[in-house]
Amino acid sequence: MSKPQNVPGNVRSKGLVDYLNDENVRAVLYQIVAIGLIILAGWYLVSNTLYNLEQQNISTGYGFLDLEASFEISETMIDYSAKSDYATALLVGLLNTVKVSFLGIVLCTIIGIIFGIARLSSNWIVRKLATVYVETFRNIPVLLQLFFWYALIPGAFPHPRDALEPLPGVLLTSRGMYLPVPMADTAFTMMGIAAVIACVVIYFVKKWAKKRQDATGQPFPMFLAGLGIFVGLVLLAYLAGGAPTDMSMPELKGFNIRGGYNISPEFMAVLIGLTVYTSTYVAEVVRSGIQAVPNGQWEAADSLGIRRTVALRKVILPQSMRVAIPPLTNQYLNLTKNSSLAVAVGYPDLVSVSNTTMNQTGQAIEAISIFMSIYLGLSLLTSLFMNWFNKKMALVER
Amino acid sequence: MTAPLSRSDTHPAFISVENLSKRFGDKYVLEDVNLHLPKGETMAIIGPSAAGKSVLMKCLVGIYGADSGHIFLEGDDVSQTNAPKRFEWAERIGMLFQHNALFDSLKVWENICFRQIELGTMSRKAAKEHAIDLLGLVGLATESADLTPNDLSGGMQKRVGVARAISTDPSVLLLDNPTAGLDPVLSNHIERIIGKIAEQRGTTVISITNDMQIARTRYQNLMMMHDGKVYWSGKTADIDETHNAHLTQMLNGSSHGPITMRTGKREDHVYS
Repeated sequence: MSKPQNVPGNVRSKGLVDYLNDENVRAVLYQIVAIGLIILAGWYLVSNTLYNLEQQNISTGYGFLDLEASFEISETMIDYSAKSDYATALLVGLLNTVKVSFLGIVLCTIIGIIFGIARLSSNWIVRKLATVYVETFRNIPVLLQLFFWYALIPGAFPHPRDALEPLPGVLLTSRGMYLPVPMADTAFTMMGIAAVIACVVIYFVKKWAKKRQDATGQPFPMFLAGLGIFVGLVLLAYLAGGAPTDMSMPELKGFNIRGGYNISPEFMAVLIGLTVYTSTYVAEVVRSGIQAVPNGQWEAADSLGIRRTVALRKVILPQSMRVAIPPLTNQYLNLTKNSSLAVAVGYPDLVSVSNTTMNQTGQAIEAISIFMSIYLGLSLLTSLFMNWFNKKMALVER
Repeated sequence: MTAPLSRSDTHPAFISVENLSKRFGDKYVLEDVNLHLPKGETMAIIGPSAAGKSVLMKCLVGIYGADSGHIFLEGDDVSQTNAPKRFEWAERIGMLFQHNALFDSLKVWENICFRQIELGTMSRKAAKEHAIDLLGLVGLATESADLTPNDLSGGMQKRVGVARAISTDPSVLLLDNPTAGLDPVLSNHIERIIGKIAEQRGTTVISITNDMQIARTRYQNLMMMHDGKVYWSGKTADIDETHNAHLTQMLNGSSHGPITMRTGKREDHVYS
């Protein structure tokens, strides 16, 4: 075994057994076998699928995306009607998925941090309540929780005729929540553009301010300046657009409520279900993060006469978030993927729209390939963002 | 708990610990500890691991409350963690922790003036200037103010720890093993800085050490601890050779010497 055995000239003088016992030969051989098996499996799947498609007279391809969808979607964030094409329908589904996932991630983080801290409270009642919350909602399957919230919301609120009005203009009914919104106006588009411009300006001012502080030590009131730039530019756009003040108020017309912005019971059920379920995991992540900070940090703050609440905010949480970011990413990915269960309560998310598309066109493979790659893309984007965030927050050890 | 509260009035000591006991669960980690130290004097506490030195120090600074006994600082009883004026007293006691316990998430200057910034007794600008002054006092460059603790070497972190401990100009400075993990040159340097601070500011210093040489040469008073009890205390100059020999054995973990105080296993004697 002292000489490499993979030189062809050497082989003939050795037996086959010697040859197979050579580590280098084996390494290559195993890889060839593994790759061969993968190719074989792939070929089998593809040829089998093609054969079946041919048998059923289904033509493959993504051409169907341009066809008229001819089905309605109950909730859309963009212009959509039954006359729109399948591509638009899938985009509507994607936006609904992104909407519920994004809001879910923001809310579950806030609620999770609160309950994670509460589980470590020195107050017995607070601690036990948080424990009960976490242990209950963590241990019930999320699909059942969605059913639960979906059964609860239409049942708990009255018919539109007797709508509850907790705040002026806000109506609560069995058909969801209605909020007053400003009437559509070009001023709002301009405000959106102004907000983007403000962010770019703030980015460059911040860069300049850091450079100046590094050079001269002069600090720059970045927070106030940033707030000023943002509010100022957006306000300017609003005024330039003619300062529209018309509001669309929800009102009872006939048997239903018209106007305003409707938050459907389906959306509420999915959002509440995903938020509550995932927040229990976030709470555990936060709790373990806090407990990972050495006790000496608490003691040091204590010895300086700093109250525990302040120490938690200024010393402990910044350090525990560092430990918590990677497992937090997992929870965000889980929430996004679990949002596909929305189909169970009839919220028109990507899977729900894809299902309808599949049924109508028979293009199952294409529809599945589309939503699978979209979920993969969403997850990879989330991971990329969290990895960037993690790198930014990570402790640089020297 | 029988010591009358007025006793410290008649006592000349600046820091006075009377019959202090502390236990964790059933284990007594401090038993009947007494300590008296006049203002401006320095004391070294020496003893093997698990002797209760650090716990005593944490009781003094108020992190742990006493189970029985009293701690008087200038006549105020500071032995309970829920004492009403506890957060004000923190200003009068500065502590350096064994592993520094600097706040990783904050810059060096924010670490040093954490109390002043959080209580709002100083503007951030004034706090930073104050921190830079203190950095100079412990021999660190101005530039280190904007670094984070993880950018610093062990010796530098220790000095930042000292700077934080003295940032409120406390009348008592507690040091938990200020030279642990440092090479002899750095150890000497840190001890010199501490000596200078004590001399210039008239600070009362209590320091835990494992180094008999440092204890004898740099501190006026000495307290030897073992198994949660005071084994010997007095002026450093008064140590006689018997005690010294016992102490050396204690530090070396020998089974002779002061261990004869006990009758059986450690658990049997101390914790039963």
